[in-house]
Amino acid sequence: MTTAPNSWTHKDLCALADHTAGELTTILDTATAFKGVGERNLKKVPALRGKTLVNFFVEPSTRTRISFELAAMRLSADVVNISASASSLEKGETLLDTARNLEALRADLIVIRHKSAGSARFLADRIGASVINAGDGAHEHPTQGLLDAFTIREKLGRIEGVRVAIVGDILFSRVARSNIQLLTKLGAKVTLVGPPTLVPATFSALGVGIAHSIDEVLEESDVINLLRIQHERQRREYFPGVGEYTTRFGLTGKRAARLRGECLIMHPGPMNRGVEIESDVADGRGSVILDQVTNGLAVRMAVLYLCSGGAPFSRIEPNTQTP
Amino acid sequence: MTEALHIKGGRVIDPANGVDGIRDLFVEKGVLVDRKPAGAAVIDATGRVVTPGLIDIHVHFREPGQSHKETIASGSRCAASGGFTSVVCMPNTSPVADNPATISWIQERAASTALVNVFCTGAITRGLAGEEMAPIGALANAGVVALTDDGHCVQNHGVMRRAVEYARQFGLPVMDHCQEATLSADGVMNEGEWSTRLGLPGWPALAEDLIVARNILLAEETGHPIHCQHISSARSVRLLRDARRRGIPVTAEACPHHISLTDEGLRTFDANFKVNPPLRTKADIDEIIAGIADGTISILASDHAPHAPYEKEVELDRAPFGMLGLETELPVFLEILLHQRKAVTLPQIITMLTANPARLLRLDRGTLSLGAPADITLIDPDHAWTYDRNDSPSLSRNTPFHGFPLRGRALTTIVGGRVVWDLETGFPC
Repeated sequence: MTTAPNSWTHKDLCALADHTAGELTTILDTATAFKGVGERNLKKVPALRGKTLVNFFVEPSTRTRISFELAAMRLSADVVNISASASSLEKGETLLDTARNLEALRADLIVIRHKSAGSARFLADRIGASVINAGDGAHEHPTQGLLDAFTIREKLGRIEGVRVAIVGDILFSRVARSNIQLLTKLGAKVTLVGPPTLVPATFSALGVGIAHSIDEVLEESDVINLLRIQHERQRREYFPGVGEYTTRFGLTGKRAARLRGECLIMHPGPMNRGVEIESDVADGRGSVILDQVTNGLAVRMAVLYLCSGGAPFSRIEPNTQTP
Repeated sequence: MTEALHIKGGRVIDPANGVDGIRDLFVEKGVLVDRKPAGAAVIDATGRVVTPGLIDIHVHFREPGQSHKETIASGSRCAASGGFTSVVCMPNTSPVADNPATISWIQERAASTALVNVFCTGAITRGLAGEEMAPIGALANAGVVALTDDGHCVQNHGVMRRAVEYARQFGLPVMDHCQEATLSADGVMNEGEWSTRLGLPGWPALAEDLIVARNILLAEETGHPIHCQHISSARSVRLLRDARRRGIPVTAEACPHHISLTDEGLRTFDANFKVNPPLRTKADIDEIIAGIADGTISILASDHAPHAPYEKEVELDRAPFGMLGLETELPVFLEILLHQRKAVTLPQIITMLTANPARLLRLDRGTLSLGAPADITLIDPDHAWTYDRNDSPSLSRNTPFHGFPLRGRALTTIVGGRVVWDLETGFPC
């Protein structure tokens, strides 16, 4: 799909892999304009007044759901939240039927989080409402990728040529996949870091570098993005334990001291302090972890707005813009 | 009603008898005869290829138990319209075909509803559970032509070894769906670049290769034939090539989708591309085609696996594996192997769809010998057409080949001297 720069003509956002650099830049530019709204006293604009948004979270989430909810409210949309246990999925209704019912209630936007890769795309292809992917299995988490890129662009002034290391459980990470898609399209140099079981060689086909030691990338990174490491039952055959992981891949104070002065430290949350990141590092110099959360709101406002048919903004002074 | 036939002027390819030339065939009372019977109806086969009725040793007709997907009647119509006169049904029905009563039920159902010959396989283990041996002797007496736990793979090597040893006394070949379960785990597609891109759990080729290697060792150890079903991986082909050169009684089959489609087909999460074993890479396709060309893979089959639309219309990881195959089988093999790759000759393809499967399963089919049942297929190997799944006689629609332009198809299918399907006139009933 080719589109002119600064345009967005899609009703859905399912995967960053589906979109051009120009389209994704359009979202980032529009988010820049919306970020100003959040900084004002009156944090609300009427862009989606009269529209209904359903937060359909089949997999648990707090941060992303609240971020979408606030984004929708700031755009004056009406918001309904549905969790897996409150939906009819538990009674055996199919995902498609549940979504069709939401559409029959005239939902305009459906934000879905689901454990199955491709579930957002599956719905988007079959219903008329806008579908926004808030995480589908290990596939993509497009708004997280966008907010990470937005934060990098905001702090470093550019994305092209920026060296980004993404560290952790890449194999099972939708955050990593969305970051890889967006950052490589916008010209960043991405290196994936983790043990070979969590960063298999197949990732090299995605145009990224691979390293199996965090110490290799410390001095050569402009951004370190640390993913939450999990060691639940299904991960036990992938690495021996959290202790060994921290020893080999944790961003300790000692390692952080080797980072370049302007290196950004990012984390999509929720953090395991003392595991993938030492507590002081998370709160220290270079950490933009809370900026990511703030920026997530602006990015999600932009996505909801654009997928509802709103006209894109180019990069303009945030405070003079009233969408 | 069978009638006397005079099939006139076609290019007869009968690999079992080493025949390839223009000649006439005569049919009387359901068998092939050597002279023109009185009052024989003439079928003009000029410019056509006339072959023994095609045999597919790997189909799922879903009866008993899952007749919303397919029935023996509807499945047999898919077979007939694809040029197949004999099919071999897999035992993963409900109940499982692991007992003589179920085999008898299928045979009776086929006798009363099927347009083509339906042969049964029996399960290797009870309930396809991979633990206890099924009553193999009773299954042999009931007339099964092979044993398989298809859809499942016997994981326990001790159980598999004993089953192969036991089957030997009945001369029943053992067919295996090669999939090591701890490696394939919850995989839904080939492990590789596309599973990485799509974030879907991978089903690595290694899981197939390991069981192919196991089966080669067991075939060598026991001296009894083991047939590896639907080979999907390049390394499995190499293992089999080496084993066959050493004279080990192991055979293998390939399916149309494994030589025509790659895992990239899943890029839009279309469940019609979800199949087990999964679609793999171009390198795998190339090696499978090389294996077909050099005889490593000697049998072609469809793995016709119907699923209802509502069953496939779900999240990809929840959708069942499998795709329709019988109608597009011959056309895809002709399109890819003959027209595009020029990897094999037409007689070689016919051999892999007639004489070779008949020899493996000891069927009295796949030949145009005098006195043999008059199962005959007329083929135009160049017929250009586009497959439309909405025209399918199947009860299901799960095919990745919808809208595919293809060259070659069956024109007329004759079972026991009776025309059961014709491209112009359709089914007789």
